[in-house]
Amino acid sequence: MAQTTHPPGTGGHAASGDGSNRRDFLYLATGAVGVVGAASAAWPFISSMNPAADTLALASIDVDLAPVAEGQAITVTWRGKPVFVRHRNAKEIEQAKTVNLGELRDPVADEARVKKPEWLIVVGICTHLGCVPLGQKVTDPRGDFEGWFCPCHGSHYDTAGRIRKGPAPANLVVPTYAFTSDTKIRLG
Amino acid sequence: MRALKTAILSAALALGLAGAAQASEAIHLPKQSWPHAGMFGTIDKAAAQRGFQIYKEVCSACHSMRLVPIRTLGGIGFKDDELKALAAGYEVQGGPNDAGEMFMRPAIPADRFPSPFANEQAARAANNGALPPDLSLIAKARVGGEDYLYAFLTGFEEPPAGVNLMAGMNYNKYFPGHQVGMPNILQPDGVTFADGTKATVEQQARDVSTFLTFVAEPHHDARKQMGVKVILFLLVLAGLMYASKRKLWSTLH
Amino acid sequence: MAQAQASKFKNPVVNWIDSRLPIFTMLDHEYNHYPMPRNVNYLWAFGAIAGIMLVIMIATGLFLAMQYSSHTSLAFDSVERIMRDVNYGWLLRYVHANGASMFFIAVYIHMFRGLYYGSYKAPREILWILGVIIFLVMMGTAFMGYVLPWGQMSFWGATVITNLFSAFPIVGDPIVTLLWGGFSVDNPTLNRFFALHFLLPFVLLGLVILHTAALHVCGSNNPLGIDAKGPQDTVPFNPYVTLKDGFAVVMFLIVFAFFVFFMPNYLGHPDNYIPANPLVTPAHIVPEWYFLPFYAILRAIPDKLGGVIAMFGSIALLLALPWLDTSKVRSCKFRPIYRQFFWILAIDALVLGYAGAMPAEGSWLLIARIGTFYYFFHFLVLLPVLGKLERPLPLPNSISEAVLKGAHAKSMEKA
Repeated sequence: MAQTTHPPGTGGHAASGDGSNRRDFLYLATGAVGVVGAASAAWPFISSMNPAADTLALASIDVDLAPVAEGQAITVTWRGKPVFVRHRNAKEIEQAKTVNLGELRDPVADEARVKKPEWLIVVGICTHLGCVPLGQKVTDPRGDFEGWFCPCHGSHYDTAGRIRKGPAPANLVVPTYAFTSDTKIRLG
Repeated sequence: MRALKTAILSAALALGLAGAAQASEAIHLPKQSWPHAGMFGTIDKAAAQRGFQIYKEVCSACHSMRLVPIRTLGGIGFKDDELKALAAGYEVQGGPNDAGEMFMRPAIPADRFPSPFANEQAARAANNGALPPDLSLIAKARVGGEDYLYAFLTGFEEPPAGVNLMAGMNYNKYFPGHQVGMPNILQPDGVTFADGTKATVEQQARDVSTFLTFVAEPHHDARKQMGVKVILFLLVLAGLMYASKRKLWSTLH
Repeated sequence: MAQAQASKFKNPVVNWIDSRLPIFTMLDHEYNHYPMPRNVNYLWAFGAIAGIMLVIMIATGLFLAMQYSSHTSLAFDSVERIMRDVNYGWLLRYVHANGASMFFIAVYIHMFRGLYYGSYKAPREILWILGVIIFLVMMGTAFMGYVLPWGQMSFWGATVITNLFSAFPIVGDPIVTLLWGGFSVDNPTLNRFFALHFLLPFVLLGLVILHTAALHVCGSNNPLGIDAKGPQDTVPFNPYVTLKDGFAVVMFLIVFAFFVFFMPNYLGHPDNYIPANPLVTPAHIVPEWYFLPFYAILRAIPDKLGGVIAMFGSIALLLALPWLDTSKVRSCKFRPIYRQFFWILAIDALVLGYAGAMPAEGSWLLIARIGTFYYFFHFLVLLPVLGKLERPLPLPNSISEAVLKGAHAKSMEKA
């Protein structure tokens, strides 16, 4: 409190030399230990809001790519989000590779976004405001660059999942994954 | 101060009631000494692993453990790859696939232990009308906890003269009512332990009780370890507060 | 006037706010300078302890509610998920479950302290009545909270307690159906209990604020039961009582921590780790320990409606306590005869509690009946009559006189 009043009978802190120093130290130590206790007690509460063990246990999943034919795409759910897996054909790979990086809003080479050129794997969430872009089904509009088109605010992505036109600031995110065999990947 | 002491005593008495009330209605259970008992006790992981082997080879034929994910066994020393291999040995339902059909797939550590029966009715039908209870929480769901489990598992005997066992029932001196559908299932050397421990009935009962204590409370060790730290901290804080309070009040005249 | 208040605080931001909304002046007045009788003992800390328990229960409850599912098919498993998978979920739940018991311990000690030192007498009647209402709301909250894990005791406790209302003629059955939202305790019941269990703690918080406001009008009672006459009889709340209460709170937390970490299921019932089964009743249905004395009163009366009325009446008569006690003297310190009966009442409450945990038959039923009789006899006959007949001991002139005399006597002993 801003105000300093001395309780009746104490005579104030400054009055009695060494004794009051010791007393001040004792109060300070008590207060400090109390604050440490309160702060430690807060941690279990905060921590309980983080992903629980059952959520973390499903944080990585295996996906079999064998059934996905060239030119097809599948959507898998990973950590509650759609992941687009597209088996690109030669034309799409060519389109993705021949772009002049200087023209791109978020310049990344196609090679840096895939582990095998025929498999493009991206998180299917528009980097603008989080909608799911269209383009997985053959009947879907794929935008001006034959990748994906986000209907919410008109972002166009190319065949490497890079932003080419519209309000989105960045490319579709490439999730952490690894090929566990020629036709199997592990996400996460 | 006298009033304070009396108040504390009364509170302690009131708390004692709940325990006394529970104890008085139970059959007398011999107390076992467990490594996980007491403030500093921790689960004996080797025993719990042997206990799991008994669960897997003996108990799980009839008893489910539906609340326990396979990964929980990491808490008694199973490594990640061991858990994966163990999980792959179980089959769980997956699907639906693209044709809309459910199918069986090998389990992963995130899956729960599959149950031996599809539902309660199937379990009763296969067990002469008796329902083998789920074992996920059995150590907490019985008066006496692990002492009861041990006593029960070693308590099968011939019925005393004058007791008429109903058809398909077995006599157990620690089971409430004494007549139980479960047969005396633990046999000497009924399992073979990899670590060379001799599989007596008592040893098996001890190990499986330890395992069931663990699955009922996988955070048992963490709880007690944190408790010791919390209480030490509070004692230090109490000491400081008492000293501060004494100093402050001593200035009053 | 606002200007005058504003000059009190050095911090300009505090000053600015306070001159527009004098919340700091209020806090300063009520929790900094608030004069406490200097002779209060540690029993006076249990109000603060109960307040801290309410805060702990609301905090843990809020975070548990983030993980809990109030559907009959999910409730039990979601509680087990909290125990097994949620980070520190086991800690939050054990603190919450044992916290209910600790909250009741603190409140019971707080109430018996009020009884012993006559804290319910004029001018503190409304303070006491608010306390009784807090106690009632607490009981309702605790009961509904116990239903949420949807174990066997949850289900059957809910069934038995809601059926109490069926004792009332004509309106009884419609009331029970209304409480259940169906023809038995089922999913609608669980859902509404969850909603109410979430709401009522905040009602409690409001009642506690009123309780404190009423307290600060007439000031705290003290072991002598006489009014403070001036600054020589009191100390400022902060830092004297905050430190003293703080120490008591930490000691209480040590006991609490012992239960949470080393015997977390001791006060619970094993049957509640078995999922609710509407077709099988457990062999003995026992309420939580803090309801046992009232449960004993319920079962002591051989008539269904009579038992229910006796049970509710045993709490309702506490509302009339300020007028049942006719003695002018507050503290039992100066009431040599009533003091004996106070302790008999305390023992009676414990005996009733024990009888409530025992099967209602044979000698336990007789003991419960004697206990019930004494409970009502104490409040309805003894208190009014004794107040007229008893000759109290002479009261000291002032708190400071008594305190200094006590200190003097102590130093003489030492010498």
